[in-house]
Order: sequence, then C-alpha cells, then structure tokens
Amino acid sequence: MAVDTRVGQTIKHHDEEYKVIGTRPIRHDGLEKVTGEARYGSDINLPGQLHGKVLRSPHAHARIVSIDTSGAEALDGVRAVITSAAFPDPGDKLTGGGEAPGLPLKFKSANMLARGKVHYHGHAIAAVAAANPHVAAEALKLIDVEYEVLDPVLEVWDAMKPDAPVIIEDLYTAKADGTTAEEASNVAAEMLYEVGDVDAGFAEADLVVDREFTFGVVHQGYIETHNATAHWLKDGHLHVWCSSQGAFTIRQELADLLDHPITKIHVVPMEIGGGFGGKTTAYLEPLAALLSRQTGHPVKMAMDRADVLKATGPTPGGYVRVKLGVTNDGMITAGYANLAFDAGGYPGSVVGAGCRCVFAPYNMPNAKVEGFDVVVNKPKTHAYRAPGATHAEFASETVVDEICRTLDIDPVEFRLKNSAKEGDWQLAMPPYPRIGHIECMEAARDSAQWQTPLETAPGKKRGRGIASGFWFNIGFTSSVTAKLNSDGSVTLLEGSTDIGGTRTSIAMQFAETLGISVEDVDPIVADTDSVGQTDVTGGSRVTFATGLAAHNAANDMKDQIVEGLADLWDVAADSITHADGTFSANGNSATVGEAAGLLEEEGVFPIGKNTVTPTREGGAFAVHIADVEVDDETGKVEVLRYTAVQDAGVAIYPPYVEGQMQGGVVQGVGWALNEEYVYDDDGHLLNASLLDYRMPTALDVPNIETIIVEVPNPGHPYGVRGVGEVPIVPPPAAMANAIHDATGVRMSHLPMSPARVQAALAAEA
Amino acid sequence: MATEIQSGKVHVQTTINGESVDFLAEPRESLLEVLRDNLGLTGAKEGCNNGNCGACNVVMDGVLVNSCCVLSVEAAGASIETIEGVASPEGLHPLQQSFLENAALQCGVCTPGFIVAAKALLEENPNPTEYEVRWWLAGNLCRCTGYDKIVRAVLDAAERMRAEA
Repeated sequence: MAVDTRVGQTIKHHDEEYKVIGTRPIRHDGLEKVTGEARYGSDINLPGQLHGKVLRSPHAHARIVSIDTSGAEALDGVRAVITSAAFPDPGDKLTGGGEAPGLPLKFKSANMLARGKVHYHGHAIAAVAAANPHVAAEALKLIDVEYEVLDPVLEVWDAMKPDAPVIIEDLYTAKADGTTAEEASNVAAEMLYEVGDVDAGFAEADLVVDREFTFGVVHQGYIETHNATAHWLKDGHLHVWCSSQGAFTIRQELADLLDHPITKIHVVPMEIGGGFGGKTTAYLEPLAALLSRQTGHPVKMAMDRADVLKATGPTPGGYVRVKLGVTNDGMITAGYANLAFDAGGYPGSVVGAGCRCVFAPYNMPNAKVEGFDVVVNKPKTHAYRAPGATHAEFASETVVDEICRTLDIDPVEFRLKNSAKEGDWQLAMPPYPRIGHIECMEAARDSAQWQTPLETAPGKKRGRGIASGFWFNIGFTSSVTAKLNSDGSVTLLEGSTDIGGTRTSIAMQFAETLGISVEDVDPIVADTDSVGQTDVTGGSRVTFATGLAAHNAANDMKDQIVEGLADLWDVAADSITHADGTFSANGNSATVGEAAGLLEEEGVFPIGKNTVTPTREGGAFAVHIADVEVDDETGKVEVLRYTAVQDAGVAIYPPYVEGQMQGGVVQGVGWALNEEYVYDDDGHLLNASLLDYRMPTALDVPNIETIIVEVPNPGHPYGVRGVGEVPIVPPPAAMANAIHDATGVRMSHLPMSPARVQAALAAEA
Repeated sequence: MATEIQSGKVHVQTTINGESVDFLAEPRESLLEVLRDNLGLTGAKEGCNNGNCGACNVVMDGVLVNSCCVLSVEAAGASIETIEGVASPEGLHPLQQSFLENAALQCGVCTPGFIVAAKALLEENPNPTEYEVRWWLAGNLCRCTGYDKIVRAVLDAAERMRAEA
C-alpha cells in the first residue's frame, strides 16, 4: 500500500501511455538502506586486513627536500610506508576514462602522492599501512619531511599574471588555436568558441550590460567519505572494493597508474554514499593497492572528513565575465563570456563545460566564449553536478535579470522571446534537437508560486527571482546483461553505480519493454568481471544510457523467447506477436512467465544483453523560482518558497526525478548562500569540517515544489533526458535575482553569505 | 561494567538492541568504531567523526547521541539502540516503511541516522509539526534529497503510528 504524501505536478507534451514507466514502485535496494544492511565501501572488513592512512602537506606550495620514513617504519604495528617512489614512472602517458580523459598521467599520479613538490595544503606525501587505524595515524607523526616553503598562488586572477610564481615548471599553455605556448605558465589550456560576429552584434545593441563575477571553491559534500580496500594477490590479481561513481573507470586508472594488466584487476562497486562528481576518478585505490602489494595483506583506507575537504577535489572557484547586448525591444544581439576556473594543483578544471553552457538557454545570433584552465595552489578540482554550468549561468542569468529590470521587460517574457529551440545552434555541439526550455518557462509562469503575489511583511525585505539553467548531459558506454529465470522473473546485471534509485529506473525500462512488472526484475550493480563495459555514473547518463541498454537487452531477450517459441509451436518467428507481456501465434499464447517455463523444458535459457554508446542525450533545461527574505541587519537570506521546473524528457521514475530536483535545489541554495572554502594568505584551508563548511540542514530550507515537464528526447526510445545535474544550475542566479528584487543590490560573488550581503547593503546605503 | 585488562584494552559489558554484549576496546576507540569494526554493526556510518552530520546516530539510555562522540568505554552498563534494532522480526518500523514509500532516500548513507533520530523524535513527540521535524533533524545532514521527502516521510509515519496507537 503506497501512500503518496508527495506527488509533484507533471506536465506532458506527448501522448505516450506506459504501464511501468511513470509509476512509483518502491526501489529494489530500499529495504537494505532503511535497515542499515546495505554495504558501503567502509562496511567491509577482510581477514588479515591492515589499515592505511595518508600523511598530508601542511603547506600550500613547497619543495620536498627530503622524506625520512624510518621512524614510522620502526613503530610497532606498522607494516609498510610508501611515497611517490612506489608508483611506476608514468612517462608521457595520458589518462583514459573518467570525465576528463587525455591529461598527462604524471599529474594524476603526483596528485595521489606528491613527487618533488607539494601543490596544495593537504597534498598527500606518504601512506602507511598498520595493524589498526590508530597506529597508522601515530606512524604519520613519525615521518619526517623537510620542506622548502614557496609563495602560494591562490586565485586565478593572480595565477594568470605574467610575474606569478609558476607552480608546474614544465606546463605550457595548450592554446585555442592548437599551438602550445613557449613559456611555462599557470594557464594549462585556453579555449575559444565563436558563432557569428560579436563585434557587429554589440554594435547593433541598444543596451550592453557587462559584469564580472567571482566564485569561492565549494565541495560536493557527499556524506560518505572516500574509502577503498585492496587485496593484491601473489599471482598479480588485484581485487578492489570501493565507493566510486565508476568501477570500470577505477579499473582503467589502476591499470594506467600501476602499469598493471587490466585483466588482472577486479573492481567491486560497493554502495556509494553520494558522489555528485567528486568520486569519478581513482584517488585512494592505487595507494591501497600499493600498500597491499607491499604487505601481502588486504589494506583498507577510509578518509576522515577534514582530509576529504582538504584533498579529494572540490569544484573550482574562479572568475566569469558576461557581456550581453540587447535591442530596446528585448532581443539579444550578441553575447561575450570569459571564464577562468581554478584547476587546483594540477590541470583539468571543468571550464570547458562552463563555456558550453553559459549562453545555452538563448538563441543569440552572435556569441564568443573564452575559457582558461588555471593551476593554483588549491586541491585538484573535480566535477560537481553540472560541472561549470552553475558558475557560468549564475553570471549570465544575473545579467539577463539586470537587462530585464533596465528595459522594464518581464523576465519570463524576455526568456521566452530569446529562448533556444529545436534547430538553433549550441556551442561545440550539433544544433539542438527537440528541447523543452520554452515549455519549462511556460510551466514556471503558470506555477502556483509565480501566480501568487509575494506576500509583503512590514519591515521585511522580500523578493522573488527566476532563472533558467541548462546542462548538456552525456551518453558514454553502458552495458546490461539480463537472465530470464524459469518463473519469468529477470535478474538484470548492470554496471552503473546507483547513487539515487537508478537500479529501479533501469529495471523499469526493461520491464516496460518485455511487458513484465518491475517487481519481477531484480537489478544488480555488477562488478567489472561480471558485466560489460560501463562508464562512470556522471553526466546524468545512467537512466538515459544504461536504461537504453536495458531496453535493448529486453528486446534481445524478447527475440530469443520468440525464436524458442517458434520452434516449440512450429510457427514462423515473425508470426509471433508480443503485446502486454504475452506472446501469441496461431492459437498459441504464453506470458513471459509461461514462456520461460516452456523454454526451460526445451533447454533454452534466454540471456538478453546489450552494450551501447548513445550520443543523442538531449539537453536538459530547468527554470526555478525563489522567494527570499533578506535580513538587512545581518545580511542573512532566508528561502521562503521555491519552485523547480524541469524538462525530464519522460520521467521514468517520478519520485526520484523529484528527488533529484529537490536535492539539486538545496545544494544550489547552499552554494548560493553559505558554502565556500576559506583560506588564509598562506593557502591554508581554515574550514575543513562540516561545522565550518556549513551545508544546508533541514531547518534551512522549505519544501521544494516540483513541476516535471515532459518534452521527450528524440534520442531515446522512451524519451529520457538525464535529470540529475541541471537542478543545481539555476538556484544561485534565482536567489541573486530575488535578493536584488528584495534589496536593489546586485551580488557578484558566490556565496552570497550574510557578511557579503551585509557589506553590499552597506555599500549601497 | 568496564574492566581494564593487561593489554591496555578495556573489557566492556553493555546492552545493544536488547542483547547483552561484551567487547574489548582500546580506551581511545569511539563507540562508533566498536559498533562498526568490532561488533559488525555497520548500519551507523562515519560521515564526519566530530558530531556534525548525525550519520552515526544511536540512542544510548534513551538519549539520541552521535556515537562518534561517545567513547566506547562509556557504553559500559548502558543500553544502546542502533539502526539494526529498529525493525522487528515481524517487519519494518513504520518510519522505515514510510521512508520507502515516500522515496525519502537517495544514496542512503545518511538514512540509518535519520531513521534513528526520527524514531527518537516520535517517541518524545508523537505529533510534531513540520517545523518541529525540521528542527529535530537539523543535526542530520543529507546531501541528496533536499530534505523534502524525509520531512514528509516522518510526518507520514507519525500519522500512521498515532492511528495505530
């Protein structure tokens, strides 16, 4: 008996009716998760297991003069100590897999254990394996490291100056024109995207708004800290258990980093306690493997929260400039953006993705976007939910709001007039397929919140803001293997780590295709030996791509059942029809369950399988509305009401689509109002705890109203668009626009923390 | 009872989920460490190890605590309830059922802590307002759900439990 106390609104722009898709079953893995029985990476303990810990740099930028590990090695209970010398020489090899392939492997390896130099506070120096975690922690204190401390460079605008200290002495800018700079600098890469003629476009404009924005570093904030357990057998087989967004990615990276045959590496994906882009690449796994090889024992490593914040890789801070030209009747004539993101201690920020998204909601005839990937003395940055898009669209959506205010045009009307639609260009991509930005904007306009005037309160500064967001989503490779059991149930193996209900959204697509109930599908997240290649859970790709593999595997199974029944019934295979889970031909009929039993007697056991690399992922748009109240004494901003509208293509598993929307909103609100790495001038991170890095609690936010818009993605048989990432994109801009509506003040830095809002209010007054 | 033995470890007798339990612990080990690593009760999770996230919530002598901030030797003579003791052999607790039906979890790693904390709330206040639920659960961090469905699940469970009481 399911009680839906919360069913959000859904607005369909299609006529498809489904039996399983769009329903609200209880997720397959739910029981184990509400009883505490589900096994996450840190929950396994192997016989003979040792515990690993990592020594980290107290300096942001320093040369390592010497490391003396003899004191640690002499401590009772210590079994091994390793430094970067334990890694094979990476030479000039490039990385594969993950969301950012193609970077020099030496950077990835040196990020795991510093080679010669430390690039940030918290950079790993050495790792210890010991009988228990406390002994390992004691041993770290006995490692003697001599440093030559260097001046740190913390912000992109400082790191890009010609006289800035160069952090990586042999880093030469990969320029947008394909050439390489001749002098080393902190700029790892430049990128340039152009459409039309921006100079001509700005010349046509009646109004040009040109603004600069800056960003603090933020962390993904998953509640489970990083962990890995490795067992290197004496015959070279390496078993790894970890909480990662991609077991196959970890396997590939281990093979590359350890120069070890990939067939000897077996990665078991444990349940994962959140990732949001922060667990897409190997980090601890190679250290656990090296320590296991050295000791002959399984080695378990689990990071503490301070180390997670210091070192695992937050998402960049940086700089965005956005300039938009419009005519007096509110048509955009040109856009220019300049994005510089901090990569952290090694190259590879998410600036390219930010560039692609900055103007995505709009069809403008002329645009130019420049991006810079800049090395600074902060942890190597990683993806965080729609990586780069939140920064970029905070800037562009704030400028759009300013234009609407200046020209006195309704912000919904402006966005509808200029909206991107099917056939319009997108940066570095083919023209848009069918997309749902206009449908989302109309749904937002018609929503209860937008239609209800903001309640005023005496002495209170209240305001409302609206903003659009876009994320392009990703296809990549996914595999499914499904076995038909004799009772007609199906065991479904898939390779995508399930972070938020995707076992069920995949099983639902399989069930819909084969015509069985979702309860008759048992989905299992399989290890790297048991299922075909499956790339990382990222880019909002799992329900789209692994769901497509499930759909195709169901059709493969269906074909095998049909062949078996054709033999049994002595009819032509093409005479057998399949409807509502029943196969019929020539007076014979069998449900899937009956067919399974019949075929078993004949020795036929259908196994449906598919590996697919879809590329028509379809973009995802969202429109959010925020009502806020600003305390003009303290600068604190409270969210009074919030509505999230999003094009899900077709929502396979609506409660979890709503969950992605609501979760993304609250992460976005945290980013908007509070979350930020605080550094001192020497580059020490000062707030490496969950008390001081303050994420939203239940008390900080209201219920989040959701409206799912369904504009089917033509690139998927069920119309799926990825839903996981785009909901974090609009909140900071919606909040900033609401703060402006409340106070008349424009905020140009994230987060818009109480101190910053208070200072901005004081400056205005 | 806690008795120091020769190895420097302490012998602790306690009660967990109604069962009498003995364990040996180093004095520096937290209750969370002992539950997870010595006793195999891995439902309580370490999210921060300093009392900020609530993923390790257990109830000790009727009080909701962060087990990462309790030394294991303090468990001597106490009665401890963990997530493993919330369901009965007959079935799930109404909160667990409500979390499933309301889709009040995503990655699930914070879920045991939320359920233990919410159970403690409903034992103290069977009819909380939405604000009271949010206030009580402010010691538990969830990064996936945005709290909406968790709060609804707790209110829904409270209603069911009142109806059954």
